[in-house]
Amino acid sequence: MSTLSFIYENMDRVLYLTWEHIWIVGLSLLIAMIIGVPLGVLITKYENLAQRVLNTANVLMTIPSIALFGIMLPILAFMGFGLGKFPAVIALVLYSQLPIIRNTYTAILNVPPEVADAGKGMGMSQWHLLKEVEIPIAVPIILAGLRTAAVMNIGIAAIAAYIGAGGLGVLISQGISRTYEEMIIAGAVLVSILAIIVDGAMALLERWVTPRGIKVQRK
Amino acid sequence: MDMIRYESVTKVFSAGKDAVTAVDNLSMEIQEGDVVILLGPSGCGKTTTLRLTNRLEPLTRGTITINHQDIMQIDEVKLRQKIGYVIQEIGLFPNKTIKDNVAVVPRLLGWSKERIRKRVDELLWMTNLDPETYSDRYPAELSGGQQQRVGVARGLAADPDILLMDEPFGAIDPINREQIQAEFLRLQAKLKKTIAFVSHDIHEAIKMGDRIALFDKGKLIQYDTPEVILTHPKNKFVADFVGADRALKVLSLIRARDIMNRKPKNILRVTDPAPDVLKFLDSKKFHYGIVLEGGKPMGYVTDKILKYEEGPVRDLVEKYPYLVKGKSSLRDVLSMMLMYNLMTLCVVDDNGDFTGTISYNDIQKSIKESYKDEAERNGERGET
Repeated sequence: MSTLSFIYENMDRVLYLTWEHIWIVGLSLLIAMIIGVPLGVLITKYENLAQRVLNTANVLMTIPSIALFGIMLPILAFMGFGLGKFPAVIALVLYSQLPIIRNTYTAILNVPPEVADAGKGMGMSQWHLLKEVEIPIAVPIILAGLRTAAVMNIGIAAIAAYIGAGGLGVLISQGISRTYEEMIIAGAVLVSILAIIVDGAMALLERWVTPRGIKVQRK
Repeated sequence: MDMIRYESVTKVFSAGKDAVTAVDNLSMEIQEGDVVILLGPSGCGKTTTLRLTNRLEPLTRGTITINHQDIMQIDEVKLRQKIGYVIQEIGLFPNKTIKDNVAVVPRLLGWSKERIRKRVDELLWMTNLDPETYSDRYPAELSGGQQQRVGVARGLAADPDILLMDEPFGAIDPINREQIQAEFLRLQAKLKKTIAFVSHDIHEAIKMGDRIALFDKGKLIQYDTPEVILTHPKNKFVADFVGADRALKVLSLIRARDIMNRKPKNILRVTDPAPDVLKFLDSKKFHYGIVLEGGKPMGYVTDKILKYEEGPVRDLVEKYPYLVKGKSSLRDVLSMMLMYNLMTLCVVDDNGDFTGTISYNDIQKSIKESYKDEAERNGERGET
């Protein structure tokens, strides 16, 4: 109950931090998508590039987030961006790459070969085929990658509070340093709820953007 | 006039030690309006030949010309838009409705919406799919046979002169395949497209092809009409491929009307009295007679039945269990003869009017005729 009253008494601050959290994750997801989806499509056409790109993304993912912030600190500090939202967004973009690139890559490769062959044989250019057939068929799986990335980033963004990025992680980090139990729990619970809501919303979006013909096929 | 011409066409996959020659120095021509079946066991180069034609595979050596124009001189995307392409797995776009699937090439060619709509409806009618029912459905909502019809409609969408078909009916169950093959033949009789059609099925090849190109290990072994392939196989490979039952297959190429007896001498009227008939048959050395009523075959009477009878033959007639249509193949006729244990059957036209008789002997004679040369060759070999 005391956690609830903490949230109630500090509503303005909690709302602001929640908004900040969504903002950081949303922006980084957008940037990650702009980089990751085209990259994922590109590497389906260049098989030897594919392994290198996927391995790099894999390695990035294995670095613990707190360590990544640590590594970036001196590098970005050199450019005057050592702390704050900037390094946080960069880290989240890097972490998102694996699920986004890998899902896009797999989804495009999983388009039935006869479908691509028929399209090519009828005189569709590679771009046409991609735009009209391959991407629409791949879209549910690409979106599943974005969903994974979003949920994961909500968790990692909480840690980014330690480098001054703001967000709901602030409640946790300050709560720990002040041994203020209600504050810690409020932060943890709110981050979890946010993750669950975003996960559900992305699931709905996934269903919404799946072409009807594909849904029929699944039944 | 030749529509597609292959000149010393060679296709080698990979290089060095792994190099595989898929098509080996192929030279042939496909005439305008012909259905040519590219036939052979898997890995014989038939599909590769097809894919070289619309540049889905790059040529290693040689030239392919379409309408006397070197295909390498045509932009590959433009080339493919001019050639219809239908494949075994159909390859319909699952995310698009039936009408959008059919409209792919017309849209690439920039047709107006109205023209596309009309053309799609026309094509769906042509392939026995009611546009009202199917236009807005998705491929997954159609049966295999229906999907294949859409595949054919899509291949014909921009009214190409040439159609390339890669085992287009291979994935359909036998009953539907028979039907869709027949539909396709009817359609082709009207459209007169130039068609290269890959198949591994000799029955399909005989049924569909104006000519058959038989491949083995990348080489063209024999290129002839189905009749010649069946009756004069060039070598052991061809003979083995068409099968030991090739004489039976020849039967499916010959129609009853081609060999029937148009003026049999043992025709009777229903009112003829039995004793006269018996005398008449005896004098002509027949053991049975065919009874006609109003120009339609009523049945037959045998001398055994007639022997001690007095009345008109009308009361003695045995009905024919099966009447042969003029366009029936000898294969079907023979099958019916075996089934009903009758050595002679009547041939009728579409109105059911009597046009002639066909007997087991007629069939045997026609086969003998087809294989005359081979029998002579074997005879000579036997003697020496």
